[in-house]
Amino acid sequence: MSEQRLMANSPEKPEQTSPSETFTAERDRWAAAYRRDLPEGPGVVNRSGIEIAPLYAPKAGDPGATAYLEKLGFPGRVPMTRGIYPTMHRGQRWSQRQLIGLGTPEEHNARLLRMIDAGANAISLIPCNSVYRGFDVDQVEAPLLGTCGVTVNTVDDMDVCLRNVDLAAVSTAVNDPSPFTLLALLLVVAERRGVPWTQIRGTSNQSDYLSHYVANHMFFRLALPGARRVLMDQLIFTSRQVPRWNPLSVVGQHMQQAGATPAEAMALTLCSAIQYAEDCIARGLEPDAFLPRFTFFFDISISFFEEAAKFRAGRRLWQKIVRERFGARDERSWRFKFHGQTSGVDLTRQQPLNNVARSTIQAMAGIFGGLQSLHVDAYDEVLSSPTERAARIAVATQNILRDEAHLTDVIDPLGGSYYVEQLTDEMEARMVEIIARVDAAGGMYRAVESGLVQSMIGESALAFQERVERGQETIVGVNAYQVQEDEFSHQWLARPERAVVEAQIERVKRYRADRDQGRVQKASDALARAANSADANVFAAVVDAARADVTHGEICTILRKELGDGMPLVVS
Amino acid sequence: MLSNSSKEQAPVRPPRILITKIGLDGHDRGSRIVAAYLRDAGMDVVYTAPWQRIATVVKLALEEDVDVVGVSSLATDHLILPQLVAGLREAGLGHVQVVVGGIVPPQEEQDLLAAGIARVFHPGSAREEIVSVVGQLARQARSAANGGFAP
Repeated sequence: MSEQRLMANSPEKPEQTSPSETFTAERDRWAAAYRRDLPEGPGVVNRSGIEIAPLYAPKAGDPGATAYLEKLGFPGRVPMTRGIYPTMHRGQRWSQRQLIGLGTPEEHNARLLRMIDAGANAISLIPCNSVYRGFDVDQVEAPLLGTCGVTVNTVDDMDVCLRNVDLAAVSTAVNDPSPFTLLALLLVVAERRGVPWTQIRGTSNQSDYLSHYVANHMFFRLALPGARRVLMDQLIFTSRQVPRWNPLSVVGQHMQQAGATPAEAMALTLCSAIQYAEDCIARGLEPDAFLPRFTFFFDISISFFEEAAKFRAGRRLWQKIVRERFGARDERSWRFKFHGQTSGVDLTRQQPLNNVARSTIQAMAGIFGGLQSLHVDAYDEVLSSPTERAARIAVATQNILRDEAHLTDVIDPLGGSYYVEQLTDEMEARMVEIIARVDAAGGMYRAVESGLVQSMIGESALAFQERVERGQETIVGVNAYQVQEDEFSHQWLARPERAVVEAQIERVKRYRADRDQGRVQKASDALARAANSADANVFAAVVDAARADVTHGEICTILRKELGDGMPLVVS
Repeated sequence: MLSNSSKEQAPVRPPRILITKIGLDGHDRGSRIVAAYLRDAGMDVVYTAPWQRIATVVKLALEEDVDVVGVSSLATDHLILPQLVAGLREAGLGHVQVVVGGIVPPQEEQDLLAAGIARVFHPGSAREEIVSVVGQLARQARSAANGGFAP
């Protein structure tokens, strides 16, 4: 088994070597790759004067060395249990991507520029719930606007959000479910500014429509088959025209937040990724053409060791799946790149400052799990959208963990622990069982359509809640160690001012009145036609519509009509 | 003729509760769990998908003859709850009690209580508390609907 895996990594490897030679060769390959990425390896010395190596592993000839190669391997080498890159966090710090999305485009832009001044090169855009639901600001109740994210409806709005931002210099993560109107607006803004699409980098977060049907209905707008088609169209469009864009982020977060256990959340996310890979192959794409652009996004709960094991097991399983099921040969296809977000589910309204401690532990689990990108929740998320003060503490938490606590000095520091290794194996076995169950149901699309996945998660959510009610899970300040406190003493984020919201509504109405109506009509008709023509690319028509000043809400309305409105599949 | 004791008593119908979400948010873990709690406690629960319009909720409350409407609000959807209370009153359902569970800042809680919302449940509310308060409110509503005095 291990021989076979090594062969896949290095087809030129000579035959007939002793286990000890194999081990040494493998270690040397890692060491060479490490030095290539990090030539003058920074010496790390701890407070006692002990030099800290980047990696601790068995030595050649150790009794466990062969098993080590098979089950853990070296970082960046199959089976990737210890990480997807040779240097991991020693070579590259994780991206600190704080979510922002606040009020009006002007307010959003102001906070964005402050973050860029502070050194951020990875930005995000979280739209208002009205945008998620596929509406423009004048289509919903005014009190609900701008409280959870920014209200972006038009190319002009997007232009304001990104004013004075160099689109070629930043990576932009956009929370933008199918039909990807915000990406379309972004591409038109780039066009207006003369920035070639080939320089646009970022990720379509919330592109994983299956996860929305399972657990977070927030983000779906189109009926299941329409969502499936438009994702593929967007994926094909970006792979040809916006090659540095990550079209797909496969999301485990929603499922875990809805109650899936960590093992279920990981397994079901892999099932979704398998489904998307199969859909890409069915559209004629080569696995190595799209797999390197797949990214993942997970919730990190406070169950510390379980979470670290979840990520290690998931990473190992994914490389096996892409190689064995899809025959991926490019090493970049094997890499399980993921973003982690500390879980808001574990945060409590009671004694909210305790949430700083909770988020810190969650973040540690993700870091030891080998994440590439991290968002730490603000402690007051359970009270309201985060205040700027709480968001600053969340960023500082990451800096403290990395620079003060030295958590990134050693790659996969939990590797080799009897507990963590056994837990990783058992989590993986649990995941394999769940994947087999979904395979038997005809794959993730069918398993979601039939409600199988939703009922699995619903049962787990209830089971956990019952453990809390019975006191089998302790939640400090909630079912144990309660204290009296004055909730008015907490700082609450102010709601947007009425006048600001009204002005935004007026602006969108004016935008609609002032545009070239003939052009709008033509692009709208073309969009409807594309939706009804099997060989048209719907996303290309979405971009054309955005360019013709059709608004976000109008695009969603047209596609809802032509491709079906999304509604929950399981209601009970 | 022998009959079992439950048939001897006046038929008391179990509390009827509508669990729903209005506005824009779609996170439904909380509403599903609360619906399961109330069902387990023997109540009749009508459960809807998220994003119901106020008018739809009023219509459902009327058609299903519910005693309590429970609304889950994890974003800001509770801000339009006073419209629901007004809508119920206009439809002659002034006896129906409205409760909300979710993330509601204290000042907004005061506003909601002043607008006639019976109770706000915050994160961490215990199962027994929810079941007992909702049961009590349902009895009050039933009694008021029958022209009785609501204690």
